[in-house]
Amino acid sequence: MQALYAQLLVGLINGSFYALLSLGLAVIFGMLNIINFAHGALYMMGAFCAYFLLNIAGIGYWPALIIAPIAVGIFGMILERTMLQWLSGLDHLYGLLLTFGLALIIQGIFQNYFGSSGLPYAIPDELKGGMNLGFMFLPIYRGWVVVFSLIVCLLTWYLIERTRLGANLRAATENPTLVRAFGINVPRMITLTYGLGVGLAALAGVLSAPINQVRPLMGADLIIVVFAVVVIGGMGSIMGSIITGFALGVIEGLTKYFYPEASNTVVFVLMVLVLLVKPSGLTGRAT
Amino acid sequence: MATKPAATSSSGTPVLSVQNLEAWYGESHILHGIDLNVNAGEVVTLLGRNGAGKTTTLKSVMGIIGKRTGSVRFNGEEIIRASSDRIARMGVAFCPEERGIFASLDVRENLLLPPVVRSGGLSLDQIFELFPNLKERLNSQGTKLSGGEQQMLAIARILRTGARFLMLDEPTEGLAPVIIQQIGHTIARLKKEGFTILLVEQNFRFAATVADRYYIVEHGKIIDGFMNSELQANMGKLHTYLGV
Repeated sequence: MQALYAQLLVGLINGSFYALLSLGLAVIFGMLNIINFAHGALYMMGAFCAYFLLNIAGIGYWPALIIAPIAVGIFGMILERTMLQWLSGLDHLYGLLLTFGLALIIQGIFQNYFGSSGLPYAIPDELKGGMNLGFMFLPIYRGWVVVFSLIVCLLTWYLIERTRLGANLRAATENPTLVRAFGINVPRMITLTYGLGVGLAALAGVLSAPINQVRPLMGADLIIVVFAVVVIGGMGSIMGSIITGFALGVIEGLTKYFYPEASNTVVFVLMVLVLLVKPSGLTGRAT
Repeated sequence: MATKPAATSSSGTPVLSVQNLEAWYGESHILHGIDLNVNAGEVVTLLGRNGAGKTTTLKSVMGIIGKRTGSVRFNGEEIIRASSDRIARMGVAFCPEERGIFASLDVRENLLLPPVVRSGGLSLDQIFELFPNLKERLNSQGTKLSGGEQQMLAIARILRTGARFLMLDEPTEGLAPVIIQQIGHTIARLKKEGFTILLVEQNFRFAATVADRYYIVEHGKIIDGFMNSELQANMGKLHTYLGV
């Protein structure tokens, strides 16, 4: 039983990262109509940003949790202003190729300087150790990642679905021309949205640094699964991305316990099944 | 006067002054030199057959047609090269033919979407007084409303913004007579309150109840224009132009 709970926890942790990343992808896809293949590289940059802050400037985990998403988010907004904005109105393929190329370049640069092995990032003192829950041992940092990710996801959902700003964003996703003709600066909103999505990826990167180490290819490995998550959940829905992210993490964890051989493929098997039955994803709107 | 529109018959300063406006959708050249004026407080109606360029004229003024040349002056300021968000913030409001109600927003969010660009817009209470139906449907999804309610919402939301110049593209299209009447009352009331309105209408009988002045659009040009008082005298010509 201990092993089952342990795998469930691992599943929830992975699910947290899936949710944060697929949420950003969904928001970006909605506004920019771009499948952001650079998402994994930007997640990695978040982790490296935390690493640099600690080892160069002596700035610890807690400030990094705020600084890294903002710094990488600004980097993302520069990418959007200088490159992605020129792709609006073109076929998805162009955005996919450009962001895929960007991902390769970014990862290549980091690999050049840091190789492929992991750099350690210590768990902050406040979150070291664990708790005995009776039925299992819970490392506090892992519990923190799950809870904090869930809070960030729900706040993002609230921002988009329940606020004026979010209404502008949803409207601009539907009909950017008309929203702009109402006097809203849609291009600026698109840039900020990309920054938000990228910031969420970087935040996931910081959260993951003490668990998974900091590696140039940490995002490349993860992003493939995240895209499967997005396909399963459907691009259209914010809550859908969150729930699907966590649920698939858990399903993966359960598979590791019951049939470990399939744990790396279960997400993709589910993706195929969903695509066969509901091509727009579980919560996606048919287009 | 068959080729020159009666542009300045009505006294007053032009709120909108369009000269030699040309516009393109991709490769197709739609407007071939539109000249028109709209004076403060006037309701001016563009008439013409389908595909004549009426909607494109409104969209060009609003700045949402990619390629446009010529001159569009709003309150004296040249806006031919301005972006549509800037034009909107100067006080131009547009109600599109397809109404543009957002499915992912509820009625309240749809209503509050256009930002207030200047003071003097209608308050929510005044809007609900004009369109009581909307008040009861505030939490419905925007596109769950009936066609008439959607049209009311589309007009209502631009009245909040404080824009004093409205462009309405076929506000009566596909609506029941009783709703058309209500929209007619609304336009009359707005006119009384000093709004300036540029209207595109196929429903000629409706236009006659609200318009001060008409322009006839054909093949992307203004080919004629007359006052509402000259309407009877121009009926024959009008039938030829519109093919009705």
